[in-house]
Amino acid sequence: MIDRKLLEEHNLTEEEYMKIKEILGREPNLVELGLFSVMWSEHCSYKSSRIHLSKLPTRGKYLIQGPGENAGVVEAAGKAVVFKVESHNHPSFVEPYQGAATGVGGILRDIFTMGARPIALLDSLHFGPLSNPRNRAIMEGVVSGIAGYGNPMGVPTVGGEIDFEEEFSHNPLVNVMCVGIAERDRIFYARAGEPGLSLIYAGAPTGRDGIHGATMASAEFGSETEHKKVNVQVGDPFKEKLLLEATLEVMEKNLIVGIQDMGAAGLTSSSSEMASKSGVGVELNLDNVPLREEGMTPYEILLSESQERMLMVARKGKEGEIKDIFEKWGIEARVVGRTIKEKRFKAVWKGKVVADVPVDSLAGAAPKYDRPYTKPTIDEKLDTEWLEKRDWGEVLRKVISSEYMASRKWVYEQYDHMVQINTVLLPGLGPSVLRIKGKKEGIALTIDTNPSWGRSNPRLGAVLTVAEAFRNLASVGAEPLGITNCLNFGNPEKPEIMGQFVETVEGMKEALEFFDVPVTGGNVSFYNETEGKAIPPSVAIGAVGLIPDLSVLPGPERVEEGDWIYLLGWTGEDIGSSIYLKVVFGESGGKVPEIDLRQEKELQSEVIKLIRENQVSFAFDLAPGGLLPNLAEALFAINRGAVLRIKPQVEEVFYLYGESPSRMVIISPYEITSTRVPIEKIGRIEGDRLTVFSHGRKIVDEGVDSLKKTWEDFFHILFDR
Amino acid sequence: MRAKIEVFLKKGVLDPQGETIKRALHTLGYKSIKDVRQGKVFYIELDGDNPEGVLEEIARRVLSNPVIEDFKWEIEK
Amino acid sequence: MGNRKVKFGVVVYPGTNCDRDTYHAIKEVAGEDARYLWHRDTDLKGSQVIVLPGGFSYGDYLRSGAIARFSPIMEAIKDFAEAGGLVLGICNGFQILLEAGLLPGAMLRNKGLRFICRFVDLVVENDETPFTLLYKKGERLRIPIAHIDGNFFAEPEVIAEMERDRRIVLRYVHNPNGSIHDTAGIINSMGNVMGLMPHPERASESIVGSTDGLRMFLSAAKYVRES
Repeated sequence: MIDRKLLEEHNLTEEEYMKIKEILGREPNLVELGLFSVMWSEHCSYKSSRIHLSKLPTRGKYLIQGPGENAGVVEAAGKAVVFKVESHNHPSFVEPYQGAATGVGGILRDIFTMGARPIALLDSLHFGPLSNPRNRAIMEGVVSGIAGYGNPMGVPTVGGEIDFEEEFSHNPLVNVMCVGIAERDRIFYARAGEPGLSLIYAGAPTGRDGIHGATMASAEFGSETEHKKVNVQVGDPFKEKLLLEATLEVMEKNLIVGIQDMGAAGLTSSSSEMASKSGVGVELNLDNVPLREEGMTPYEILLSESQERMLMVARKGKEGEIKDIFEKWGIEARVVGRTIKEKRFKAVWKGKVVADVPVDSLAGAAPKYDRPYTKPTIDEKLDTEWLEKRDWGEVLRKVISSEYMASRKWVYEQYDHMVQINTVLLPGLGPSVLRIKGKKEGIALTIDTNPSWGRSNPRLGAVLTVAEAFRNLASVGAEPLGITNCLNFGNPEKPEIMGQFVETVEGMKEALEFFDVPVTGGNVSFYNETEGKAIPPSVAIGAVGLIPDLSVLPGPERVEEGDWIYLLGWTGEDIGSSIYLKVVFGESGGKVPEIDLRQEKELQSEVIKLIRENQVSFAFDLAPGGLLPNLAEALFAINRGAVLRIKPQVEEVFYLYGESPSRMVIISPYEITSTRVPIEKIGRIEGDRLTVFSHGRKIVDEGVDSLKKTWEDFFHILFDR
Repeated sequence: MRAKIEVFLKKGVLDPQGETIKRALHTLGYKSIKDVRQGKVFYIELDGDNPEGVLEEIARRVLSNPVIEDFKWEIEK
Repeated sequence: MGNRKVKFGVVVYPGTNCDRDTYHAIKEVAGEDARYLWHRDTDLKGSQVIVLPGGFSYGDYLRSGAIARFSPIMEAIKDFAEAGGLVLGICNGFQILLEAGLLPGAMLRNKGLRFICRFVDLVVENDETPFTLLYKKGERLRIPIAHIDGNFFAEPEVIAEMERDRRIVLRYVHNPNGSIHDTAGIINSMGNVMGLMPHPERASESIVGSTDGLRMFLSAAKYVRES
């Protein structure tokens, strides 16, 4: 019955099949084969990545919960901050709107399943170049989808990033991060408690969404109706909003022992994981599962990935109260099983046991692969042509009106970024800053990725990205508490891709250990490639930081005429893999900047200290893009001009457009000195033009308003014609 | 029995969606398209002895906004 | 009359998502009394001002506000309004009042067909309503909008009458969505039911960028206290 073809269709190797037989002591039936196929898939089991991910630091001063739960948790201002990032890449290529929308829906559930009310979304989006109309259509659909789900949920999308590289044309990336707040002592975990408790299913009815091997399941049970494969999951944010409120109410009234949202492998993964973690088993009664379609088979019911569903373990006797709350909110809630003493995963359908496997075998026993890998080739190119002097003003205009740096206002105005009235810093300026009502503290959020650096030097690119995320937090006076990460790569069965992955994790480890900041959880997305062309290594770092006192928060409205512009840090001879090269030369490679982590840490600490001493009106980091483009963007927000008098000790291109890390600008009315980091007064806020003198020679003289217009118009012209 | 209810914007009301679609069709080369108005179609399954009355009432009271929309319904054979 | 707190009732429908924000602005910032009213209740719990907050009631399915207006609480709100009680509809709340016939006109999709979230400039056209008595005619306000169906429409005779009777209370300085006559907020002929698309609760604290919206709640409270 089970032949090689069937195994292939289920994406299981011969070895994996032998292991399954060994665990069961017999051949699996078709339903059981399906269970292992999904639970042991890369997406669910992380089999190619686990041995490397375990190298990452997962301990920290502020850590409450590390990897292994639905989301990670850190402590801030006496509250629990629950956060995670998830990817929804492949679906967003197939159906951009729904792919992105259901990605948002999924990550929201991961947060509120922990008992936290979601307070913010950020998204890291990567598309192919916008000169191609298909990439424009994908971007438009993805942005609409994020808005279409996040806005009705009443969770503000407060920040993110958008990046463009050729390789993302067939493999766009949609990484969505969600942050929620819970009370320190009221966090809910994926636990099943003890035997004899009811499993309650709450949410939308189950359909055939997301089932890949449905055909053979139909054949097995002799069904005559034609089962249409539902490849595209359609999200219902209205249903999820009701689910959110009902779930939080049930948690507030302390009616449940454990809860997990039904994501990948839906009912199967949620029930088996909760049970396994608590040392009990589960028995599911599939006849009780609310269904959306007729003639669904046990295989389909168990593996459906229909959206907007939660599975919870009720406290003894509380089933009625739970159902009443869900009914009030118009959500179906039904008892679909119970926890049992035997450590088995059992599913019963029409009176027959259709699956019976050890509960630990589904989640816990998936193979861990140490895939072979080769060290990636590092791009060390530095072309002298790149160093030539150019009309820097004209270059500035080109860079800030390129898709890499143009204003993302067209995007974030489609997101409700103000709901919940916590948004202190509007999108587009740097990290997001939210207040916590009733407290003087605030939290800073950022998500940063740089596939350009990843492509040229995976390990160093990862170090730079972590540093970049923390530097962004430092620019608002925040210290990092923890990170979540999304690792996006091609096919890990190819040694060179696996090598990129291993090196990226090494780089993350190095940076995180140095900064003493833990990973609290995250996501790995493999197989992002089409016809052998893989995406560049793209690690999205989502960082959460604490601002102890919002009253000293820097902001563009604080900047006045006459304020001084300071450059802090170290300027290296760096131009490789930069936005400058992409815009001016169409070149995406080149030697990636080096970083001295000690210097980086000194810089961040110094800027944080200055901000907390209320010496800083506005601060910003310079990568990507370099000094001039980032200064221009700051001026657009400040609505004033500046005069810079610089004396670069390196080639002008490095100084103005290089992406050396460990470099920041602060604007302040005060005389600032530093004993810890190099600091140079390079200019002054004045007038309405951006004028730059280099060694006394005027090299840039542009009107700020006119620059701002080209910067703002780019996306509008592209999409709103 | 099955019925179909169509709801569409009144003549005097600007229909930006219809306008946008018309422009897109022109861009694609369908120059013969003179006008596009976007509306909604509801397929209703119902029983009971006064289907016409029910359809008229739900169309007027719920499915359309009489300030800006008109409707028409028909019972399918 | 003294400083007794005025009771605001914040109505919650399935899909409403600005209820907590509105409650916060009224209770924590304006310092008045606020309570939630569930859409299925018919008891307004002694509320002196009814607020229908923003959000996506019933997912905005069918039309924004089209299903919410049939909720059980709507009858009680209609009676309350007929007796002269103050009713304020914000964004989706405004849409619900239009669908329920408590205000004239209807909402269409934004001219640009996209959701817009941004701070906008408004001008106060009528400072004699219970909701705007603490503002001055001609005053400019900075209050955010966040909607995709904010394009206000009314038939020519209706809009002409509203203009004559000064029932367009707030106007956009730069029309963001195509609303007829740049209408951002209107009041009924009795002068007690107001609807506006911008969100005053999001402009009540300086930390989030503007306090221009706070006086709308304070005006309503003052009006109730002094009547």
